[in-house]
Amino acid sequence: MIAPNRAADLPDEQRIVITGLGLTAPNGNDWDSYRQALLEKRSGVKPYEIRYFGKTLAGICDFEQTRYQTRKDLRRGTRAGSVGVYCANEAIKHSGIDWENTNKSRVGIYVGVTEHGNVETENEIHVIKGFDYDTSCWSHHHNPRTVANNPAGEIALNMGITGPHYTIGAACAAGNAGIIQGAQMLRLGECDLAIAGGTSESIHTFGIFASFNSQNALATHEDPEKASRPFDVDRNGIVVAEGGCLYTLERLSDAKARGAEIYGELVGYAINTDATDFVLPNPERQAECIRMALDRAGLEPEHIDIVSTHATGTSSGDSQECIALRDVFGQSQHTRINNTKSYIGHAMGAAGSLELAGNLPSFKDKTVHPTINVDQVDPDCHLEGLVINDPQEGQRVDYILNNSFGMLGINSVVIISRF
Amino acid sequence: MTPAEIRDEILDILEDISPDEDLENLDDEKAFRDQLELDSMDFLDIVMELRKRHRVQIPEEDYGNLASMHSTVTYLEPKMKDI
Repeated sequence: MIAPNRAADLPDEQRIVITGLGLTAPNGNDWDSYRQALLEKRSGVKPYEIRYFGKTLAGICDFEQTRYQTRKDLRRGTRAGSVGVYCANEAIKHSGIDWENTNKSRVGIYVGVTEHGNVETENEIHVIKGFDYDTSCWSHHHNPRTVANNPAGEIALNMGITGPHYTIGAACAAGNAGIIQGAQMLRLGECDLAIAGGTSESIHTFGIFASFNSQNALATHEDPEKASRPFDVDRNGIVVAEGGCLYTLERLSDAKARGAEIYGELVGYAINTDATDFVLPNPERQAECIRMALDRAGLEPEHIDIVSTHATGTSSGDSQECIALRDVFGQSQHTRINNTKSYIGHAMGAAGSLELAGNLPSFKDKTVHPTINVDQVDPDCHLEGLVINDPQEGQRVDYILNNSFGMLGINSVVIISRF
Repeated sequence: MTPAEIRDEILDILEDISPDEDLENLDDEKAFRDQLELDSMDFLDIVMELRKRHRVQIPEEDYGNLASMHSTVTYLEPKMKDI
């Protein structure tokens, strides 16, 4: 029997449920194929080359861009916009919502992004370099492509949505932050349907590779599929990835009224801040964030069946998160812990929402997908419940806790319950 | 460039700007906007491409000359004849 949670005591108008999702990941362009890739331990990391930086590795998506956009749309917009348009349309289709008869002014779009605008700015600088930096050759498309709301605004333009749209800039905690924002807006009555989650176009900016490399935090490995290896003693950094995952969130009352299939309920969430360093995480604050989400949900650590970790494969980041996890879940024999970046790399603004999507099917298939590429666990990353290299089957899953942390010390946690 | 070459160049730019459009049956006498889905940002793309490709500068007050293929070629002919 599922342990009671505090959200269940709320009226249906305040309970927030997931009724659909659309995604593109480096190892799958829909929920089923993505889940299958995780269960079959298929990586999406490939060799990659980018202007100025040269050869590296990346998680690259190959979704059908023209499924929902014309070639002209693609030329006009951004990669992040295109990822968002694909995910949002797929989410609406998956949700079974009668889209044609949906009041578009009551739909809100809340897209988490780590960064936006670097790709287009780098492109324009590259172009004007060819004209001796003559700024009259700087594109008039630069501003609409680089405004911070672009990835959400392109979805609104594509789908005729006239409710609120904006992005949530939350570094690599953004995927969770988008979901949380969507839930809050539904509870406030600002919209009746939230399209919420995160997107990333980050592999198209050389700057992100160059900066991680200068920080000694960019992964290298002779086998690309083994480069992203959180918790392994030989991990050496991040594999940057692109991708997106957007959910349709609804109030339970609305979802019930239309007979929607419900894939989970958001029963707890929290966002807090380290306020200690630009890049180094603070496990004390991370643990506080996790406990805050548990408290709000009315749950104890042992109620959590799966912890989806944030760990990115950096030396200190992984071990710091493990300190927080041992602190909160150290006495919870039951909790299983995994990591999805080991397959797809770090999808930045999309990471939180994609990693959650990778775990949600566990409610049905009772399987915990493993963290792959762990040949030898770093002693600093020892976690009792860590699922390594092989899926763990046959465990009933009622609660999934999803960690997503980011630079400047932003921490986010969401807890989803079986429904 | 000859008028025919200028026309080809404009067609090439239009193919970039409007990759989904059929340009084969373009009527040179009719306004672009009556035949193609072009907005003001697209017309700025024509101006920008001419600047980048040929260093041709088109002042804003002359944008009206870019209404149709015929008017565009006529307008550009003296500016591009020595290219």
